[in-house]
This record gives sequence, structure tokens and C-alpha cells, in this order.
Amino acid sequence: MSSIFPLKHAGRALPAMPARPWQASPAQRIRRRLAERAIETMLLLAALVAVFTTAAIVAMLVWESVVFFRSVPLLDFLTDTQWTPLFDDAHFGILALLSGTLTTTIVALMVAVPLGTILAIYLSEFAPFRVREVAKPFLELLGGIPTIVYGYFALFFVTPLLQRIYPELPGFNMLSAGLVMGIMIIPYVSSLSEDAMRAVPMSMREASYAMGATRLQTALFVVTPAALSGLASSYILGISRAVGETMVVAIAAGMQPNFTFNPAEPAATITAYIVQVALGDLPHGSIGYQTIFAAGLTLLLITLLFNIIGHVLRKRFREAY
Amino acid sequence: MNTQTTPSTKPGTELKAQAKALNFYYGDFQALKNIDFPVEKNEVTALIGPSGCGKSTFLRCFNRMHDLYPNMRYEGEILLYPDGVNIVDRHVDPIEVRMRISMVFQKPNPFPKSIYENVAYGLRVRGVRNRSLIDEKVEEALRAAALWGEVRDRLDDLAFNLSGGQQQRLCIARALATDPEILLFDEPTSALDPIATAKIEELVSELKEKVTILIVTHNMQQAARVSAYTAFMYIGELIEFDDTKRIFTNPSSKLTEEYITGRFG
Repeated sequence: MSSIFPLKHAGRALPAMPARPWQASPAQRIRRRLAERAIETMLLLAALVAVFTTAAIVAMLVWESVVFFRSVPLLDFLTDTQWTPLFDDAHFGILALLSGTLTTTIVALMVAVPLGTILAIYLSEFAPFRVREVAKPFLELLGGIPTIVYGYFALFFVTPLLQRIYPELPGFNMLSAGLVMGIMIIPYVSSLSEDAMRAVPMSMREASYAMGATRLQTALFVVTPAALSGLASSYILGISRAVGETMVVAIAAGMQPNFTFNPAEPAATITAYIVQVALGDLPHGSIGYQTIFAAGLTLLLITLLFNIIGHVLRKRFREAY
Repeated sequence: MNTQTTPSTKPGTELKAQAKALNFYYGDFQALKNIDFPVEKNEVTALIGPSGCGKSTFLRCFNRMHDLYPNMRYEGEILLYPDGVNIVDRHVDPIEVRMRISMVFQKPNPFPKSIYENVAYGLRVRGVRNRSLIDEKVEEALRAAALWGEVRDRLDDLAFNLSGGQQQRLCIARALATDPEILLFDEPTSALDPIATAKIEELVSELKEKVTILIVTHNMQQAARVSAYTAFMYIGELIEFDDTKRIFTNPSSKLTEEYITGRFG
């Protein structure tokens, strides 16, 4: 009986190279080089569009803000607790708007972080394949609903619902705006978190199961810590979304600047104020008009701050599997 | 092909486990065919064979690792002694099985935790809260894995900071901390350099005093060095099971001989 194992890779010749001159003509070479350069330039220009746009926005905000801070001292801007740029007795305390932004963001995060994380853990570690295939498009749909719809949902559905439990709640309040905003950013948190958890190698889960761990123990004690950097960046993205969100808060939280951290009160956020002024008919160049640039710059700095925090967290908790 | 009668260990020895007519399927594909296989208590049994022969698949039946993936099916029995319970029975909880049969993988796979927490993991998932007991078990396991001297001063360091060989010994300590009855090794040295490999091999030989060991290896010298029994598998079948010395000097199957002499594989 001959061996049942055939020799591996009996030596077989490579197919012959097609007959072809190895030397390109000078004209061919020039044409090739020009085509390369043209494509490179186009790609560079496309990349520069993004860079220039960012630079232009920052330049405009800073430029206009400088004009604003010429008439309003920075200290007043940062410490005053009233924001009444359109009144005769004008105050320019950004804190009155910042408190609204902060409060709605915190309420939103209290909804989105736990729910988004739980959802991500479920989808990544527990859900059978079919459930995941059905659930994910629905989640993405949640992210695709126009924010104005969420705004009216907060004002006409969630607020009346809350008023049944808590009748003194005003028609405009940060609580309902924050809650709905939280629901709105769940898909952002959950999909990024899920990606991070799915990126944890199977070998790590196997190690945990091999120790006799249950699915929940594996998910909570091994997969979640291993995906920490991804979870952190999903939360940061959620914060950025919540801070920058405009329509929901403009519609449901009211437009009155109000220095308070009580979610049961109405208040304007920075974004809501900008919408209000940008849509109004303030004369270009007036101090009232100028305020929106200072407010916009503040918003930009907050988002920048969170992006930097996100970057640091990512670097610090980066896992080398 | 199988010229043997039912494989058996030397007379008068005690069995720790035994596979009887074990079949295993991935979907429609039969990966293990009618395997009868004894595991002697407090000895090292090695599994050799070319890639894809089913040796890892067989090993992973012992702690029900396949249960993590869909579309698989066990048939037959793996009896765990002294209770004689069939651990691949559908009614046996895989978690109970894994609590008694631990595993060390091909690539070191520590958790993103401290050295201490890696070793303590098995105790923690069993709900052990007693701090001094955990301390004691962690030290004992690290000593048994010949790692204690190297890490005693930095138990709180991240496990990823250890070298590859140290990480693998940490994984062994992690598996030992819960006093398993059988320890499964799935090519534990294939990602390691020769010095780290030698340390692991030495460790495997020492550990058999405490725990029964099953080891899958690609390296035939390794099987010859560490094991008392060796099984040769090919395309899902157990071709030969015998005393390691016999397998490497005087195998009864032509296939085994061809594999061992490097004619294929």
C-alpha cells in the first residue's frame, strides 16, 4: 500500500510572464507621472476642504468674539449669572446658559450611558444572531429620526406624562428635554460601545469561560474592562452630542436664560440661545448679535475639551491584546 | 486504519477520565469519529497529529468549550472519575464542568487586569470573598506555576507587562488557583521561545503530582519529553494510543510511524 499522503506541493513552474517591453517610452513616463500628480493634488485638496472649513469657523468665531469682548469684560462674561443681552440693563453672564447646557446634558447622560451600555452588552454578549440582526436597524432608525421630532415628542408627550406624576412641572422644563435627548443619543453610545466590545478577542472570553465564569461574569468582569477605552469614547461622543444638541432643548426646555441646575425648571441652553438670536432680527454688528459668537466659541471650547479628554482616555486605556 | 483494540492504560492504574465512542460534529461535519480514550490519573497524556486532525477539538470537549459556539453536537460519553458522570451530556451544566477542568490556551491570554486579579479570577467567579483565602490561593498558584519569585513584588502590575513566557505561566497559575482535577493544555508553547518553552515543559512534568494533564502539541519531542501516554490522531480518528515510549520507538500503526518520522504533517 502506498502512502495515502500525497507529496505536498509538487514543484510546479510559475506561469510565464507575458512578453512585454520592460522599458516605458519617455512620453509614457511623463504621462504616468502627470496622472499621478493630478490625482495626488485632488486628494490633497479634498483633505484640505475639511481643514480649511474648521480653520475658517474657528477664525470667524474668534474674530467676532474679540469684537464682543471689547465691550464686555471677560470676567463679567464668566462670573455674571444673568444673561440678558437684549434688555436695557444688559448682562452677559454665560453661566446662565452654561447651567442649562450642563443640566440637560447630565440628565441625557443619566439616560444614555446606562441604557446604551446595557444595550451594548446585551447585543454584543447575549443576543442571538437573529435578534441582533433585527435590533440593530431599529437602533439606527432611532438615530435617524429628525431632532425636531424628538423636540415635539418631549414637549407634547413626555412633559404631559411627567406632569401626571409631578403636576407642578412647568410646560417647558429641562427634565423632559434631557430625558428625550438621552433616548436620542442611546444609539451613538450603544453602537460605539458594542463595536468596542466585539473587538475584544474571543480568546479572552474563552479564558474566562474556561475558568467556569458565566456569561454575565464574562461580560462584566472581562469584556467590559477590556473595552474600556471604547466605552469611554462612546460616552464622550454622547456628551459632545448632548452639548451640541439644539432642537430638542430649544423646543422643550424653553428659551429663557435661567441660572439653575434644577432640571424641573425651564432654561435656555447655549445652543437654544444661538438659534433664538440667529432667527431673530437683530441688526448685524450690534452687541446682541455679537453675543452668539461668544456663545458659539464657548460651545466649541467645551466640545474641544471633551474631545481632548476622550483622546487622553483612549491613549491611557488602550489595550494591547 | 485502526489496528488497535480499545486503547487502555497500564494495568493497575487509576483512570481520571475516559472517552467512550465519542463523536463530535460541527454542523454536518463530523470532526471526531468514535473515539475511545483513557486518561490516567496524575499522569500526562499527549495528543499529537497533523493540523486539522481533531486533537484540539477533542481537548476542547473535556471542558465543553464547544458549547460557546452554535451548531455543534456531542455524541457518546466522556466519563469523569471517580463519579463516573458523563460531562458531555446535555443535562450537565458546562459551567460545572469548567469549574473542575481548567484550560491553558495556545496563545497566552491574560485578562486586562493586574497579575493578582488574573490569578484570583477563578475564585472570584466562584464567589469567594475571603481576602486572606484569596491571597493564600494566589500565592500558592503562582508558586506552583514557578512565577512567584518573578512577580511577588509587583502583583498589582498589569499582566500585559509580563513577557510572553511569564504570561503563559500566569495563565497556568490562573488555571491552577481553583484546584482543577484535570488541566488541559492546547499547544501551550507554540507562541513561546525555546527557553520559555523549556520552563513550561518542566512545569508540566512537575504539575502531574497535583493534577491530571492532557496536552495537545505540535512538537513531537515535547510529547516525548513530558508525557507518559501519547495518542496519535488523524482526520478525526484516534489512530493509536500507547505508552509514549512505545509510540515513539515501536508504533504499531504505519500511519503513526510515518507521522513520527516526519513523512507528513
